[in-house]
Amino acid sequence: MIEFLVAPFEFGFMQRALLGGVLVAAICALVGTYVVLRGLAFVGDALAHAAFPGVVIAYMLKGNIYLGAMLFALATALGVGVVSRHGRVSHDTAIGILFAGAFALGVLLMSTIQGYTVDLFSFLFGNVLGISERELWLVAFLGGVVVLTITVLYKELLLLSFDPTVAEAMGYPVQAFNHLLLGLIAVTIVISIQAVGIILVVALLVTPSATAYLLTQRFFQMMVLGVVLAALAAVIGLYLSYYLNVASGAAIVLVSTCLFFLTLAGRRLLSPVLFRS
Amino acid sequence: MRSNDGGRAPSGYQATGPSAGSPGIWGRGRGAVTEKKGWRYCLEVRDLVAGYHGTPALEGITFAIPPGQMVGVIGPNGAGKTTLFKAILGLTPYQRGEILLHEAPALRQRAMMGYLPQLEDVNRDFPVSVADVVMMGRYPRIGWGRRPGPEDFTAVRRALERVDLLDHAQTQIGKLSGGQQQRAFLARVLAQDPHLLLLDEPVSGVDATTQHAIFALLEELRDIGKTVVVATHDLNCVIERFDQVLCLNRQLVAYGPPREVFREDILGRTYGHHLMVVRVGDRRIVVADEHRHESVKRDT
Repeated sequence: MIEFLVAPFEFGFMQRALLGGVLVAAICALVGTYVVLRGLAFVGDALAHAAFPGVVIAYMLKGNIYLGAMLFALATALGVGVVSRHGRVSHDTAIGILFAGAFALGVLLMSTIQGYTVDLFSFLFGNVLGISERELWLVAFLGGVVVLTITVLYKELLLLSFDPTVAEAMGYPVQAFNHLLLGLIAVTIVISIQAVGIILVVALLVTPSATAYLLTQRFFQMMVLGVVLAALAAVIGLYLSYYLNVASGAAIVLVSTCLFFLTLAGRRLLSPVLFRS
Repeated sequence: MRSNDGGRAPSGYQATGPSAGSPGIWGRGRGAVTEKKGWRYCLEVRDLVAGYHGTPALEGITFAIPPGQMVGVIGPNGAGKTTLFKAILGLTPYQRGEILLHEAPALRQRAMMGYLPQLEDVNRDFPVSVADVVMMGRYPRIGWGRRPGPEDFTAVRRALERVDLLDHAQTQIGKLSGGQQQRAFLARVLAQDPHLLLLDEPVSGVDATTQHAIFALLEELRDIGKTVVVATHDLNCVIERFDQVLCLNRQLVAYGPPREVFREDILGRTYGHHLMVVRVGDRRIVVADEHRHESVKRDT
């Protein structure tokens, strides 16, 4: 049994994958708490897709793909605000227009590259097994920035998420906080691209936090529980990926999905006394 | 257009020059917010024109409220009561006018104003306890990046005691009944300990016991020097309990003590034909248009 558990991590790439996977999943769950409670899943998914052309362009120019992804995600976040303010269309329509357009641009550019498939495929679907030491440092650094921001502004972000009207009446800069939250989501997406990819990152943003939401009625507990569930999914997913030889990002996401449905079923079975009704 | 000289300062509040400016809440340490006496007016609104595009919801409103008063804001639906509150709180832009809190722009001292919206538009399933919600009222005082201290927990406890929700401190907010939730949100305003309280129909949809408890509490606050402004449809309650009444119908129709303001012509101008006052001996009964549910019928 111990042999079974230890064996995969005799390889350096698996150690890096474990560290990277757990880190990324944990940071996603931390930010995911706000995503779930404020109903920003669609926004999160859109920002991830919108980052794609940035990745492709950076790849073509042999630049930093993380920087490219970040620029496009942030530009889209700003663009959504502009379009919905001036374009007479609702917020989610504006998101739909922009993210699909940006993603199409990415696909179009990608199709012009000769022999593109392997690398860019991994950006769409992730490959945590291929995470490099340099990328690990980047994840740790940007993840640290996210954690620090949330720690310092913990109570302000809580108030803003729960009751933006009263927060504004108290004098808090609500608009700035909304942009900050979008920025945190964008950063989180960017550091998740290597691990789970653009298409699957929304799962890490919402699923572990949603599972935690089923289990607790306290904000802080929801955050901690979300992080634990996400890390658990990352570890189990990696074992599955190693022993069954399946895609790592998809395995992590599917474990997370299973945990959600198990919790949902468990809640139903184990009487409403134990959990929130 | 200041009818009935609502700005007359009551005895005890001398119009002496207050020290310049009010204590701002941002960037100051704990305890920076202190009650200062000596202001002639707590809230002054001058020539306010507010509302979204086209016809403004408020047209040239001017009034002043001395500290330690309980003021009822009445008027039909669409009279601009909520717009007035939102303009004072900086939630709605205004085209013209001036809003002063303790003789300095209200917008720069928003933490001094406690607000209870007409409808708390929050996610009732949000994972916070009643005590967590009340603690939010302390946030401006605690300051950026700091954690609540012992005095904040004491303030939360006291606020919960005053609205009789201490037993429910650890209950998730959505598990409370409607009236209890309203009291929880009021407790948040109490914990904030503002100089000016703006309550938008705090008793609509709550039971009579809660209603009575809330008004008793507001009177207590008034008696310790807070200025309490309440938008309400319950005219009879205004007659019984409020010091001043502000009749609003996009314009300021009248402002003064209820006994002076509650005349048929003034109420007629405020409500159009939707309301009348019936005299029965020395009692007055306010009868509202049933279709608009402006008020309940009750003896005074």
